[in-house]
Amino acid sequence: MQNQAYSSRQLALPLASVFAAIILTIGTLLGSSGAANAQQTTASSDRIWHDLKGDVFGDRAILVDTGVVRIEAPKRAQDAAIVPVDIYLDPAKAPDGIKSVTLIIDANPAPVAATFQLGKDAGVTHLSTRVRVNDYSYLRAIAETQGGQLHMVQTFVKASGGCSAPAVKNQDEANATMGQMKLRQFPPKETMTKTEELQLMIRHPNNSGLQRDPLTQYFIPAHFVQKLSISQAGRPILSMEGGISISEDPNFRFDFTVHGKGEIQVEAIDTDGKTFRNQWPLETAGL
Amino acid sequence: MSIDRLRRRLVSGFACTAASAALLPCCLGRAAAGNLGFSLRQIADGVFAFQGTDELMTAANDGAICNLGAVVGTDAVAVIDSGGSLIEAHAFLAAIGKVTAKPVRFLVNTHMHPDHIFGNAAFREIGATIVGHRNLPRALDARGVFYLHNYREQLGEALMERVEIVSPTRLVDDHLQLDLGGRTIELRAWKAAHTDNDLTVFDTTTRTLFAGDLVFMGSLPTLDGSLLGWLRQMDALTAIDAARVVPGHGPVTADWPQALAGERRYFEVLARDIRKAIADGTPLREAVKTAGGSERDNWHLFDDYNERNATAAFAELEWE
Repeated sequence: MQNQAYSSRQLALPLASVFAAIILTIGTLLGSSGAANAQQTTASSDRIWHDLKGDVFGDRAILVDTGVVRIEAPKRAQDAAIVPVDIYLDPAKAPDGIKSVTLIIDANPAPVAATFQLGKDAGVTHLSTRVRVNDYSYLRAIAETQGGQLHMVQTFVKASGGCSAPAVKNQDEANATMGQMKLRQFPPKETMTKTEELQLMIRHPNNSGLQRDPLTQYFIPAHFVQKLSISQAGRPILSMEGGISISEDPNFRFDFTVHGKGEIQVEAIDTDGKTFRNQWPLETAGL
Repeated sequence: MSIDRLRRRLVSGFACTAASAALLPCCLGRAAAGNLGFSLRQIADGVFAFQGTDELMTAANDGAICNLGAVVGTDAVAVIDSGGSLIEAHAFLAAIGKVTAKPVRFLVNTHMHPDHIFGNAAFREIGATIVGHRNLPRALDARGVFYLHNYREQLGEALMERVEIVSPTRLVDDHLQLDLGGRTIELRAWKAAHTDNDLTVFDTTTRTLFAGDLVFMGSLPTLDGSLLGWLRQMDALTAIDAARVVPGHGPVTADWPQALAGERRYFEVLARDIRKAIADGTPLREAVKTAGGSERDNWHLFDDYNERNATAAFAELEWE
């Protein structure tokens, strides 16, 4: 059963994007290699990371627990398919600014969950999303400063117990509603501030590609949102390159600095090459 | 047979003697396997059920946590769910053999969860046709490897050793009738609720409804499909003209449709709390810590599953 799953990842490679190919290959080599029987521990998760980091960051130095980036997730995943994770960035600790943050889940089949690029003057200090967690694993956030320094934090998440699995719950609904988007705008808590919070929701199964078609017995290719960009009137706020570790119906909540009154624009592209676009006027209450 | 397994059999045989003494009046079929003993109770004419224990699946309970059923016709037996381990499945088959000589021709899986399907291989081995919802093979393909891996820790190597994910070969699109000789059972495929592959079995002769995990009593329901779908289908469930129900978890037989009241109330409370959190802008991670909390004293396993249910409910209700 395990071996079949591994070969499915390899089968999926030509069909997925280059980014997907990289993360799936890493998953094949490392993500589950030690996971056939025992669950991961902090030590085995660290070993996976040790072997993985060169593929993602080369031989660059990675600073740990510097305060530039902070991560929060539940100690135990409740629903393996929907594990909330919060990443906080402290611009005061990175005077040259933070360029990107990468979220890694060591023990997942695709450990690189997502890389987020932050708009230069977007002022993003908090980003939360939801991920699949297949096994006991560290979740890591690695922030890269404009100067190219890497800063990492990590938190250990125990996999959910019971019959909770990191799979799509209602596949028919997921297929039927794909591409719908919803944007919630949360007015600033204080007046006179230009910081607003947004929550972007996209309907998409974000399928793993690890399942067979019951009729043909062929593996269904991975199908997920691989690129997402969020901007205000053409000015980038946040963009993402992501994979199958992001939960179905990808969901991102983040703060940003409002510039003028231009509308919020979103473009998402999935591995089938489908492009989903939407835009919403800025709700300026409180400004 | 390994020494470990032999010891398990001996110990469990002993346990069964003790357990069956307490259940004597209704304990018709017993088999000396399974840590807790395995007793089949006749709940209507030719209709038998096994009551799972209100616990998580563990090595100590052989994974025997859900209710199982058997309907006996003049030609054949249909079994409802295979149990959470091969040990449980073999004990189940042995118990059936003590109440009827008819062959087990059908195994009906009510949905994808391990406590209901880990015993499937035992029924494939005896040549039974395995029947399930049209979505069940897809759901098992997406989860099978994960289930086998995840439960190895929880159930232990010995119990998991020969467990396989065995998909149904006969699928139910909407309705399907199975003729057991002299009686017919009606299978009905539901839209996403507990899972996206829920199937119920109705014995027309005695009007007994095997609801699978569409009905939980005592143990907290788990949400792995659609909260809105479950609530939307409550009325259709209620409308089934059953004399009694065998819920997926809880007492082995209960009045119908009163049996639905508890879970309906829980889901309505959970939906209300989650909707309020969403309206207030409370993030998921905060909202799930308190949502549904007023139901804590009404359920077994509340702390094991409520936060998970709240998480799934939040992700679903955000789209309303």
